[in-house]
Amino acid sequence: METIRVALVGQPNVGKSALINSVGNARLRVGNFSGVTVKKEVVRFSRDGYDFEITDLPGSYSLTDYTIEERVTREYLDDSDYDLILNVVDSTNIERNLYLTTELLALNKKLVIALNMTDEAVKEGVHIDEQQLGKILGVSCIKTSAIKKTGIEELIQAIIKSYNLRENRFHLQFSEVFEQEISHIVSFLEEKKIHCKISLKALAIKLLREDKETYLRFHEEPIWIELQPIVNDAYQHLYLHYDTKDLDDIFNDEKAAMAKGAVAETVQLDKQVKQSFTDKIDTLLMHQFVGLPIFLFLMWGLFQLTFEVGSIPMDWIDAFFALLIDGTKSFLGDTELASVIADGAIAGVGAVVLFLPNIIILFLGIALLETTGYMSRVAFLLDGFFHKFGLHGKSFIPLVSGFGCSVPAYMAARTLKNDRDRLLTLFIIGFMSCGARLPIYVLFVGALFSEEQTGNILFLIYISGALLGIIAAKVLKMTAFKGDDEPFVMEMPKYRLPSFKLIWHTVSAQAMMYLKKAGTYILLASVLIWFASNYPKQPEMEQQYQVKIEQAETQQSITALTNELALYKLENSYLGIVGHASEPFFSPLGYDWRMAIALETGLAAKEVVVATLGILYGLGEGEDEQSSGLIDKIRTNISLPAGISFIVFVMIYLPCLAASMVFMREAGGWKYLGYLFVFTTATAWILSFLAFNVAQFFT
Amino acid sequence: MKLNDIKKGQSTTVIAVIAGRELKNRFSSFGLVKGAKVTIEGHSLAKKTMEIRINKTHIALRSSEAEKIEVT
Ligand SMILES: Nc1nc2c(ncn2[C@@H]2O[C@H](COP(=O)(O)OP(=O)(O)O)[C@@H](O)[C@H]2O)c(=O)[nH]1
Repeated sequence: METIRVALVGQPNVGKSALINSVGNARLRVGNFSGVTVKKEVVRFSRDGYDFEITDLPGSYSLTDYTIEERVTREYLDDSDYDLILNVVDSTNIERNLYLTTELLALNKKLVIALNMTDEAVKEGVHIDEQQLGKILGVSCIKTSAIKKTGIEELIQAIIKSYNLRENRFHLQFSEVFEQEISHIVSFLEEKKIHCKISLKALAIKLLREDKETYLRFHEEPIWIELQPIVNDAYQHLYLHYDTKDLDDIFNDEKAAMAKGAVAETVQLDKQVKQSFTDKIDTLLMHQFVGLPIFLFLMWGLFQLTFEVGSIPMDWIDAFFALLIDGTKSFLGDTELASVIADGAIAGVGAVVLFLPNIIILFLGIALLETTGYMSRVAFLLDGFFHKFGLHGKSFIPLVSGFGCSVPAYMAARTLKNDRDRLLTLFIIGFMSCGARLPIYVLFVGALFSEEQTGNILFLIYISGALLGIIAAKVLKMTAFKGDDEPFVMEMPKYRLPSFKLIWHTVSAQAMMYLKKAGTYILLASVLIWFASNYPKQPEMEQQYQVKIEQAETQQSITALTNELALYKLENSYLGIVGHASEPFFSPLGYDWRMAIALETGLAAKEVVVATLGILYGLGEGEDEQSSGLIDKIRTNISLPAGISFIVFVMIYLPCLAASMVFMREAGGWKYLGYLFVFTTATAWILSFLAFNVAQFFT
Repeated sequence: MKLNDIKKGQSTTVIAVIAGRELKNRFSSFGLVKGAKVTIEGHSLAKKTMEIRINKTHIALRSSEAEKIEVT
């Protein structure tokens, strides 16, 4: 079967993903574009004897290098092998979309246009004559709606038809003056019998655009001597006509004029007086004064929801794992194997899975913010404030993602073009408490504060983390990252009710990632920690205690002795040795060696902190307390000041190993990871020290 | 006049964009080119950022960038 390779191109939010999702029985493969972590989705399906392979290129306003996404798209279109371009266009905003289309047409490849969002266009009274538009642009235009699933079959047929066309005429019509200059060059090239993969007209345009590769190609050839004056002449005419010597200006003008011209001939608008849905919402959400409070209120609501609703399934999960641990132990008996499986693996993984509901709700909230179009409004509202601290309104997006997980947040920072702005944002993302830290907060807040307060305290933790981050940004901006700012220019897309499928797609992917971590990384870490806390064995001590226990008279003293032994064993285990060694560093903050170890293991992954505490405090208790939850154990073992100080430390110090690796890659070197480590650890230590002493003063 | 001198709710026409190459290309891919009709939709607190509309595209930009756009 023949394969038709399609490059899917469109401006952001035109419904590219929705469109390929609407093709039946398609297989999706997600990967990365080589060299960068921009997501690459390839969809395969078969129809009418052809295999389709559609590569979804990142949304681009134009084929420049303004953002990484746009560079990826341009490079793919220039260098990769594909048979035709499918350009998805938002019918409700066709003029701006056609700007990109003119750039695509200039590539002189086969092209099919999907006029998507037809349903919305009809509602808004936008009527497009797609036949006429197709004639003007010289390509097929098909009206589609990814949501209503109309026009999909026609689109596939148009692709097949275009694929089978032999000739590929160049249809782009510039203004008269421009066309004249082009035809001069073209007729010269024809006379000289120049052969080229693309049409001569496209070649002439490349020459006029000062395209580097084209120049390199001609530079070495004798024909250059004759060609150069012709091209030069053309430039002089154009400069004169456009009254500027800026070629970009001239081409931008041409593109805009072409888009405008095509729209004028093919689009009819019903007279509209009604304020659009988006405008109505925006008068409230984007209001000078109430906009920000509404946003803060929404965020507060999200955190309340995360905690209140999340706690219901948490109880079930907790009970389930407790049952599993007891079951395993009674099934395998009192052996080392039972201990490693139950106390190590199951307890560790259970502590992580416990927080899945919270994480799903949080990611759901972030996905909703993104897909509705509210996120860029928030960037607008916050830019004034952020800019004061040396940040960019767009930094908001990676920073908010940071509340979910630092890994995608570090990647999201790529939307910032300026290196300094990006580095600065990367440095403070860690201050936004990620989802994996939530379990630690929930545990400590639950143990140390009353139940009514938990939601508020959690909110306080997140807000103060964010504020600290912003202050840190200011300090860094004034010291390490001095310099110019990146411009703030962004589109504010229309509000859209997100489709359930798209949201599900993102949230389930995030939840799976979290579970995968629990299943592999955390499992391994839990077993390691179990091992480190159980070895080396202390047979002599055990024997001594065994004798003592046998001689003991009351049940009470037996329990006391068992506890003493367990504690002794733990303190002399590998883990205990490490913990004790680092105790001097942590003791001014009020931590005992177990908390010190928990923080150290937390460098691997924040989920491990809870798992470690579970293992350390679980093993240290007498058998009779086996049933009480981890929260109770924390409550009896850790004082309020130490707990607060611990929370502060967790808020600030380095995120997990995986995030650190991504940070290093995004920032561009080990050097930066070193800076980040020193910066965050020092800040964490100082602030925890303050928190501990202040809290102690008041209690 | 500069774009950031225009009041909320008023419309104007772009005469020239005086900015670096990248910013200018970005503006033009949003349709903000010579001759485009622009409407001011609103400002954020303290007028640090503003929202403008060109045709159907809503764009957010800083006042410092709006300063680079000459309008009638
Ligand atoms: N009404 C309508 N909405 C659509 C259509 N296609 C996509 N959308 C919505 O537009 C938004 C952006 O779509 P998406 O596929 O994420 O855009 P992409 O950025 O181009 O991949 C989503 O909320 C979709 O549900 C359509 O044909 N009609």
